[in-house]
Amino acid sequence: MVRPATDWELRGMIASLAAEHRPVEVIGNGTKRAIGRPMQTAATLTTASLRGIPLYEPTELVMTARAGTPLATIEAELAARGQMLAFEPIDLGPAVGSQPGGQTIGAVFATNLSGSRRIAAGAARDHLIGIQGVNGRAELFKSGGRVMKNVTGYDLARGLAGSWGTLAVLTQVTFKVLPYPEIAATLVYPGLPDDIAAELMCAALGTPYEVSGTVHLTAALAQRLPDPSLAAAGQPLTLIRLENFAPSVAYRKDMLKQHLKVYGAPLELDYAETAALWSALRRLVVFPYGETLLWRISTAPRNGPKVVAAIRRHMRAEAMYDWSGGLVWLEAPASADAGASDIRRAVAVSGGHATLIRAAPEIRASVDVFQPSSAPLERITRGLKAAFDPEGLLNPGRMYAGV
Amino acid sequence: MSTIALPTPDGAIIARRREIVAELERLVSEGAVISDEEGRRTFETDALTAYRRLPLAVVLPASTEEVAKVLRYCHDRGIKVTARGAGTSLCGGALPAEDTIVVGVSKMTRVLEIDTEGRFARVEAGITNLAITGAVAEKGFFYAPDPSSQLACTLAGNLAMNSGGAHCLKYGVTTNNVLGLKMVLTSGEVIEIGGAHLDAEGYDLLGLVVGSEGQFGIVTEATVRILPAAEGARPMLLGFASSEAAGRCVSGIIASGIIPVAIEFMDRPAIAVCESFAKAGYPLDVEALLIVEVEGSEAEISTLLGRIKEIAAPFEPTTVIVSGSAAQSAKIWKGRKSAFGAIGRISDYYCMDGVIPLGRLPEVLTRISAICGRHGLKVANIFHAGDGNLHPLILYDANNQGEADRAEEAGAEILTLCVEVGGCLTGEHGVGIEKRDLMRVQFSDVDLGLQIRIKTVFDPKWLLNPAKVFPLDLTHGEAA
Repeated sequence: MVRPATDWELRGMIASLAAEHRPVEVIGNGTKRAIGRPMQTAATLTTASLRGIPLYEPTELVMTARAGTPLATIEAELAARGQMLAFEPIDLGPAVGSQPGGQTIGAVFATNLSGSRRIAAGAARDHLIGIQGVNGRAELFKSGGRVMKNVTGYDLARGLAGSWGTLAVLTQVTFKVLPYPEIAATLVYPGLPDDIAAELMCAALGTPYEVSGTVHLTAALAQRLPDPSLAAAGQPLTLIRLENFAPSVAYRKDMLKQHLKVYGAPLELDYAETAALWSALRRLVVFPYGETLLWRISTAPRNGPKVVAAIRRHMRAEAMYDWSGGLVWLEAPASADAGASDIRRAVAVSGGHATLIRAAPEIRASVDVFQPSSAPLERITRGLKAAFDPEGLLNPGRMYAGV
Repeated sequence: MSTIALPTPDGAIIARRREIVAELERLVSEGAVISDEEGRRTFETDALTAYRRLPLAVVLPASTEEVAKVLRYCHDRGIKVTARGAGTSLCGGALPAEDTIVVGVSKMTRVLEIDTEGRFARVEAGITNLAITGAVAEKGFFYAPDPSSQLACTLAGNLAMNSGGAHCLKYGVTTNNVLGLKMVLTSGEVIEIGGAHLDAEGYDLLGLVVGSEGQFGIVTEATVRILPAAEGARPMLLGFASSEAAGRCVSGIIASGIIPVAIEFMDRPAIAVCESFAKAGYPLDVEALLIVEVEGSEAEISTLLGRIKEIAAPFEPTTVIVSGSAAQSAKIWKGRKSAFGAIGRISDYYCMDGVIPLGRLPEVLTRISAICGRHGLKVANIFHAGDGNLHPLILYDANNQGEADRAEEAGAEILTLCVEVGGCLTGEHGVGIEKRDLMRVQFSDVDLGLQIRIKTVFDPKWLLNPAKVFPLDLTHGEAA
């Protein structure tokens, strides 16, 4: 395990790996190592020793952190000043067998993982405003900066978000932060079938009341919630979150209930219950580590239930719908091809993409883990890989074979 | 104002003009090729009017297929292409050259699909920014990025420059509001990135393409995010005796946890000009004025503006005016949004677009005024305070070549200062030709080399929007 402590040391290490043509697995704390196509690498490089927060300016809503800084450290630092990462990064660790809360801030951006608030506040990539890193040519480069608005040169920071360490090793990230809401509440609508729930979630997001989270759980998944009273309901649950200043939340909750009254009378969760519930959802608590498959599907919001219904013609499946139905976390029994062909066919009809998050390594080696691209996009993807990492040193094949 | 070098046009291409025009006319529908000199004259410059070059020909295609045919033709014959929206670029982003074909998307303005449940609209890229909101407003929705030129500028141009606006503090800039694109590559191949779903698959090509200044391809369609309009919005005016007090007030508001939908700052010269134009009720006896706007129901707005008043109190504002009516709000915004036009009525001006960390505002304003003073020029400053985007407007006389050149020199010094204090060369206007030669102030040769390799992935022959973004000496080899 190689642990560079400075950018220069990292540069030197990549230069020697390049000289020896030795590909390397790039990780932060390694909580998501079980995601992606299995790789054959001679070494592992971790950013875990690149730690610290060189800049935090709460009045400018900006923080710069070294890539290996634990997310937990970042969030504690922000919370002390009443601020947060508004995109609510999701923690995939527990679902794939790692400890919760272990991921680094660099990995959060490298995988562009956003949680429920993404629907209102944007994705991880939307909050990333500057990066520093070392590419496969052992070049130390930067893009963006520490200011919110910046169109100087191409937007490489965003270009690297979601590249899973296949283009460059991030050493430092600068990102936008936002105030923590004064208060939050959740409306819980029980008993709705998936398609009606998606309709409700879209209706809620179509109002001016700034709904900041919409999740629908099938009955089986709702029973896995840690809150005993929610779990005991034995019904599908549709969750609508509001966050803001206290008078606003009170007013908007009433308006929303009126607006959504055809969907029945909701239960209401207070601030503490709301915080506990959404923090559990953020850790994918309803998908405990196990043998079953876990897929992540992004489609247009109203199409989520259609995609799931189409998949259910081929396999048993439980679904958690986030982003008003547009993001589907789908659990299905393990199978030889992970259901990939049926799932991707269902997604193709509605538009969007599917990623296999959890499956045995031999399955991840034989099916496309990330959504295959159209031929011209694949050519561009390969071109970008060559621009950053011509020797194919960094996480080779983790996203796509040969990339 | 003419100190920026432009490459020598290719005489061999120019010599074939007649033949090229004839071939283009065969590719597209009748009337889509403009080849007469009067017609081409309209396309010789953009909003950086000091630079003018008559293009070889202009094509205004009606469809993606026509754009693809034209690009394939130009690609096969090695002819350069400059894409154009409405030509409102302030940095020469749409400046053509004598050996270049202008491909304008201004005829492609259709709204293709509106889905309020899915909260997206699919439109052709030549639609104006404001027309997107116009198409969804009756359903209670809007398209958020609002550059000052939104009445004229096209979505295509917004995508090329990743345009912002006064309200991006809350809603983000163009890249944060785009879900999918249809784009024609230089080869004529049509690609689709993303769609109506969030977070496109694979590498973030949307992120790379938005802000690539027309150098990666020509976008012909886009799927953009639309948002439900707030119940209401109301601005307030806060006047201060110093820019420092105004800057600290902005910090105070943000530290309190309130994110207003906009916080605009004007200095004394800017206030005077805007007030005389818009009669918005701006105070004339203050050094700095903030326009702070919040959204929500009537009660929410009152609560938030009340809190902001309290936060502002320690900084001793000499003016506190809350807008009392929709008409007054409109006037307050009219003053700000027409600032450039208003200043243009009293003087020629050179509009800069640097970004600085908010905390450095007072120091930067002092140094800007010293820089302009040294060049014998006056300056007015407009600032998107919430996100640090500073627009110094350097006043000069365009008929006085010496003064015009000094304005350009002062501008370069101001942008260098922005980078020195931790900011950047451009927040929303783009690099174009204007800031091309300053790129080394912000980037190392390694940084630029990487960007150049990415450009080459999309446009291997370097035919799209040449002589922009990068210092010419870095691209000579590639562009040849």
